Amino acid sequence: MKKSTKTLFNIIAVSIILAILIFLEMNKRKFSYDISIIERSMIYAVAAVAMNLTNGFTGLFSLGQAGFMAIGAYTVALLTIPVEARAGVFYVTGMNEFLSKIELPFIPALLLGGLFAAILAGLIGIPVLRLKSDYLAIATLGFSEIIRSIIASPQLNMITNGSYGLKKIPRFSSIFVPIALCCLCILIIVLLINSSYGRAFKAIREDETAAEAMGINLFKHKLTSFMISSFFTGVAGGLLASYMGTIDSGTFKITLTYDILLIVVLGGMGSVTGSILGSFLVTAGREWLRFFDQPLKVGNWQVPLFRTGFRMVVFSVLLMVVVLFYSKGLMGSKEFSWEGLVRFFKNLFTRKQKLNGGVSNGK
Amino acid sequence: MGNNVLRLEHCTMQFGGVVAVDNFSMEVNEHEIVALIGPNGAGKTTAFNFVTGVYEPTNGKVFFHDELMVANHPAGKMKKLYKGDPDQICEKIVRKTPDQITKLGIARTFQNIRLFKALTVFENVLIAKHMHAKSGLLKTAMHLNYREEIQMRKEAMELLEMQNLAAYRNDIASSLPYGQQRHLEIARALATNPTLLLLDEPAAGMNPQETDELAAFIKKTKEDFNLTVFLIEHHMDLVMGISDRIYVLDFGKMIAHGLPADIQNNDRVIQAYLGVEENA
Repeated sequence: MKKSTKTLFNIIAVSIILAILIFLEMNKRKFSYDISIIERSMIYAVAAVAMNLTNGFTGLFSLGQAGFMAIGAYTVALLTIPVEARAGVFYVTGMNEFLSKIELPFIPALLLGGLFAAILAGLIGIPVLRLKSDYLAIATLGFSEIIRSIIASPQLNMITNGSYGLKKIPRFSSIFVPIALCCLCILIIVLLINSSYGRAFKAIREDETAAEAMGINLFKHKLTSFMISSFFTGVAGGLLASYMGTIDSGTFKITLTYDILLIVVLGGMGSVTGSILGSFLVTAGREWLRFFDQPLKVGNWQVPLFRTGFRMVVFSVLLMVVVLFYSKGLMGSKEFSWEGLVRFFKNLFTRKQKLNGGVSNGK
Repeated sequence: MGNNVLRLEHCTMQFGGVVAVDNFSMEVNEHEIVALIGPNGAGKTTAFNFVTGVYEPTNGKVFFHDELMVANHPAGKMKKLYKGDPDQICEKIVRKTPDQITKLGIARTFQNIRLFKALTVFENVLIAKHMHAKSGLLKTAMHLNYREEIQMRKEAMELLEMQNLAAYRNDIASSLPYGQQRHLEIARALATNPTLLLLDEPAAGMNPQETDELAAFIKKTKEDFNLTVFLIEHHMDLVMGISDRIYVLDFGKMIAHGLPADIQNNDRVIQAYLGVEENA
């Protein structure tokens, strides 16, 4: 495919997406449900791409996502809840004197949230990154639970409002704010992956001993990757706080980490576009399957199993099927390309031909 | 004889009570090809590994270009277990990680090929250029270091062309034939701009013809890149053909060293390799 054709396709794709977004923004009321799915998907995509940076590209199996998201989310929430609303939020114990006077605009608060997550990642990374694979996963998982417990602890009622959670976090003013921010975050991670540092990360994933023999300082690079990933995980958490409007420590349970992990694995370890695709499929898929939760009658016959919770059973079965057929995730470690898309449809077509007795022409 | 490039002094390596390398001293002079041979389990790779920083010797010093690079002495419970020469205890401790040693100019290959398997041939070589890059993380991540990046790519490409690997540049490393993978591993090591090249059994798994080609290749590479080469090998043809000097290890002890012709006729070496008849 020629470069100019590809550019043309890219421009068309971007304008279609923009057109859809503008359409949705203009008909906000009618499509509020779809908008919320898109926003959630994009936020999860940022967290998934950030997780892919450590897990898929650097080969560090870290499961601390929920903890870093919690830090980002609470930072953003505490700094952006309007001062006048704070008494209402902290109705039990009241808010810490000093904190209650600080209010920041959304973007600086978001950056600060990411920064706190990154600093904390640096602090725990120094001891923890000496571990490998499963051990690292367990250590980071434990860390994430500690963060959640600390946030929920009554001793911090004056700061985090303990188990009561935080409310009245300002929402996004339009769909463009989260989408633009998410795209920017993903773009930065992609640029990093394609740079010399990204290659060093991949080398570490492939073979640590050989990477070290190539003059790559393992510890420094692992820590860099971990901190950058945590920064963007924190940012995703901050976006999530603003998206949801209310958060409490229960939002950041281990299941959140598993959700992100599911997206990364489904999309393909080591594929950014795979993570984005996976994020939309998982988030939207759960919603599409909602009709499984409603009782269904065919004629006079009440279809069994169709009741609340069945949706998740179907969803899990679908996931298993996908993983069985695409054992390396939907995209493997490849990235999206127009050629790939064309090949995919061609293969679909030729496969049908083969089934109809047509002669296969090689691969 | 030129200057010392590499010098080991009284190096001992113990794993618990087991002595893997015992009081081993050797030197590699500039522009030489020196081989380290010995039967399986003789301690060759262990000796190699403290030159490359994978292990720390229990006791001993390693000099690189006459500068102390690695030094250690028995500490902790090793003090009791130490079985080496008590007169040669080294006082200083100098530690280096493998990446620091590579930066000093020592490149290595591995006994069992360790390429970055899922990456392309070109990327494999390009990664070796990363450590010389001077731009910081932020500049690199935002692709503002394009001059440096172009330079890195140019050097990597030149290297691939010199090594006749340019045709494979977009192939995934693990898809190359075995011989080419060995070749690529050496090319990747050369990309770190070394002055000393360490080869760990470069001819392992090669047939006689490939081994001959490898011998010629090592000699040519040494000339082209003005290198000093230190290698471990089992193939006697290769070792005898290209080495200037040979050291022989057996059960961790150096049993002989000298010119290839002398080693070939050395009784102790023959005994180590072929065994001694009982009641002989």
